[in-house]
Amino acid sequence: MTIALHNISKVVAGQTHIKPTSVVFETGHFNVLLGETGAGKTSLIKLMAGLDPMATGTIEIDGQDVTKLTTQKRNISLVHQFFVNYPHMTVFDNIASPLKVAGMAKSEIQGRVEEAADILQLRPMLHRRPHELSGGQQQRTALARAIAKESRAVFLDEPLANLDYKLREELREQLPELFAGRGAVVVYATSEPEEALLLGGATALMDDGNVVQFGPTAEIYRKPQTLMAAKVFSDPPINVAKVTKQGSTLTMGQSASWNAAKMKDAPDGTYHIAVRPHHVTPMPTPANTVALNGKVLVTELSGSESSAHFAMPDADWVSLAHGVHPYQVGEDHPFYLDPSACLLFAEDGQIVAGGGA
Amino acid sequence: MKTQNQKAWFFVLPVLLLVAFNALIPMMTVVNYSVQETFGNNIFFWEGVRWFEELLNSDRFHAALGRQFLFTGIILAIEIPLGIAIALAMPRSGPWVPVCLVLMALPMLIPWNVVGAMWNIFALPDIGLLGYFMNTTLGIDYDMTQNPFAAWATIITMDVWHWTSLVVLLSYAGLVSIPDAYYQAAKIDGASSWSVFRYIQLPKMKQVLTIAILLRFMDSFNIYTEVFVMTGGGPGNSTTFLSIDLVKIALGQFDLGPAAAMSLIYFAITLLVSWLFYTLMTKDDAK
Repeated sequence: MTIALHNISKVVAGQTHIKPTSVVFETGHFNVLLGETGAGKTSLIKLMAGLDPMATGTIEIDGQDVTKLTTQKRNISLVHQFFVNYPHMTVFDNIASPLKVAGMAKSEIQGRVEEAADILQLRPMLHRRPHELSGGQQQRTALARAIAKESRAVFLDEPLANLDYKLREELREQLPELFAGRGAVVVYATSEPEEALLLGGATALMDDGNVVQFGPTAEIYRKPQTLMAAKVFSDPPINVAKVTKQGSTLTMGQSASWNAAKMKDAPDGTYHIAVRPHHVTPMPTPANTVALNGKVLVTELSGSESSAHFAMPDADWVSLAHGVHPYQVGEDHPFYLDPSACLLFAEDGQIVAGGGA
Repeated sequence: MKTQNQKAWFFVLPVLLLVAFNALIPMMTVVNYSVQETFGNNIFFWEGVRWFEELLNSDRFHAALGRQFLFTGIILAIEIPLGIAIALAMPRSGPWVPVCLVLMALPMLIPWNVVGAMWNIFALPDIGLLGYFMNTTLGIDYDMTQNPFAAWATIITMDVWHWTSLVVLLSYAGLVSIPDAYYQAAKIDGASSWSVFRYIQLPKMKQVLTIAILLRFMDSFNIYTEVFVMTGGGPGNSTTFLSIDLVKIALGQFDLGPAAAMSLIYFAITLLVSWLFYTLMTKDDAK
C-alpha cells in the first residue's frame, strides 16, 4: 500500500505554505516527516488527510485518486500532538466511534475495541472518561482509535510531544510494533532528529514548506544532499564553517588546514563544511586529528556526555564527547575534528563531497 | 481539634447585608402582607393562610397559570431550536462575524415597553404595516384587540423576535469554544454532519443551553411589560398571564393581601421549576 503525492501544494491568501511536493510513502516501515516547528509537517499531513484544500497536485492512496474525496471518505486515521478524545464519551466509545459511524455490527466493534485496548493496555480504563485518564493514557486512547479503525493510512502528528520523557521513550519503542503487519501507511511527524533515527524507516526532511530530501533514514542521515538537509537532521545543531580549498588542502580560518584527498577533483574556491558535534572532541584521537582553538562559552554535562559550545570565526561550534571533561568557561581550549567526517557543500548549499563516513 | 476562627464572619457580613436589603427584607414585607387583611390608615387584621387557600382554589388563578405555562412552553419550543439553528448557520470566522453578532444583539437592546409599543402599532389593522398587510393584502381577518388567536400569535412572534437572539448568542459562544481538532477528528472518523451535531456540538453546548433555557423560562414566565402595552391582557382575559393578573389584583383592586400571597406562590413556582430543571440538567456532570 502507498500514498503517492504528485506535485501537491498549499497556498493560503497568496502565501505558499507547502511548495509543490512529490513523495511516495510506503507501507511496512515508518515514514518520518522531520523538520522544525513551522516547517510544514502538520500542513502536509492535513493536505493528505483532506482537511485543508490543495492549490495544485493529486494524491493517490493505493493507486486510487483521492484528491477529490472528502476526509470522511478517505479512510484514514490521525493522532494529534495534543490529546483529542471526545470528552463526554467513555474510552470504549472513543475507540469505537469510527466503527460505529461506519455502521459496523456491535459484536465486531466489541472485538476490535478490545483488541486495540489490549495492545495499548487500556483494558481497565475502557469505562472511564478521558478526563479521568493521565496524558499517556489519553494519547494511548487516541492511538487505539487509529488502530481499531484499521484504516489505509495513519498520520501521527508529533504524538509523543506532550508526554513526559519516560512515557515518550516507552511509547516510541512500542509504536513500530503497534503498526507492524497492519498494512497501513504510517506517516509520523516529529521535530526531533533522534526520534527519526530511532524509528528508522524512511525520512522526509522538511524545511520552509519544502521536502528537501527523502529516502531511507540512515542514508539521509549519512548523506544529506544539501547543507539545509544536514542542518535539519542534526541535534545539537551541526557545526558549519567557511573553508578555502586549494588542490587537496582545505583551510579554515587562519590556523586549521588539512589534507582532503577525496575532494581534490572539485574546483578550488570557497566552500562550507559541516561536521556533527560528536566528530569534534576535546582530546586528539586517531581519527580526530585537526586541531582547532576556541574560547569555551557554555558547557553542559548530561550523564556520561560533555558538551561545550565554543567560539569559532564564523559561528559558535558545539563539541559532544563521551566522559567528563573539565572545561573552564572563558578559557581557550583545543578541540579536534575528524576530517573524514566533514561534509563539504558548495556555496549554493549543494553537497560536493563527504558523507558515508 | 479544629481551630475556630471567628474573624471569618466579618468577611461574610457585607454579603449578608446586601442580601438582606435586596432580597430578605422586601420578601419579608410581602410575607407580612400575605397573611393579613389590609385597610386604610395602616389597620391590619390577621388572616393566616386564608389568601393562599382562596387563591389555590380559584378558577381565575388556575386559568392564568394555565395560560402562563402554555405561553412559556410555546416560547421555549420555538426559541431554543430556532436559536440553535441560527447559531449553527452563523459564520465561525471572518468579517461577517461582528456584523451577525450586532444584528443579533439589536432586538435585545430595545427597552421592553418600546418593544410593546412598536408591535402594538405594527399590528394595528388600519395603519400598522403587519395589520394592513394581513387584512388588505392577504384578506385575513386579523385584529389583536378582537381575536384571541391573533393576540397570542402576535405576542409569541414578538417574543421570538425579541429574545431568540439570546439563545443564538449563548449557543454561538458554546459553538466557537469547540476546538477545530474535534471537528477534524469527527471528519476522520467519517462522521456525518448530524453525528457532528449530536455527538460534538450538542454536548459542548449543553451547559450554555441549560443557562439559555433557564433564562428564557424565567423571563417568559414573568413576562409583563410587552403584554401590558400590546393587549393589556385582552381580548377578554385571553392574554392575562400571571403577572398581568397579579397587577390587576394588587393595583386595580388594591387587594394587597391576596396579591402578596399570589406573588409568593408565583415566585415559588418559578423557583421550583428552575431548580428542578437545573438539577436534572447538571445531574450527569456531578458524577
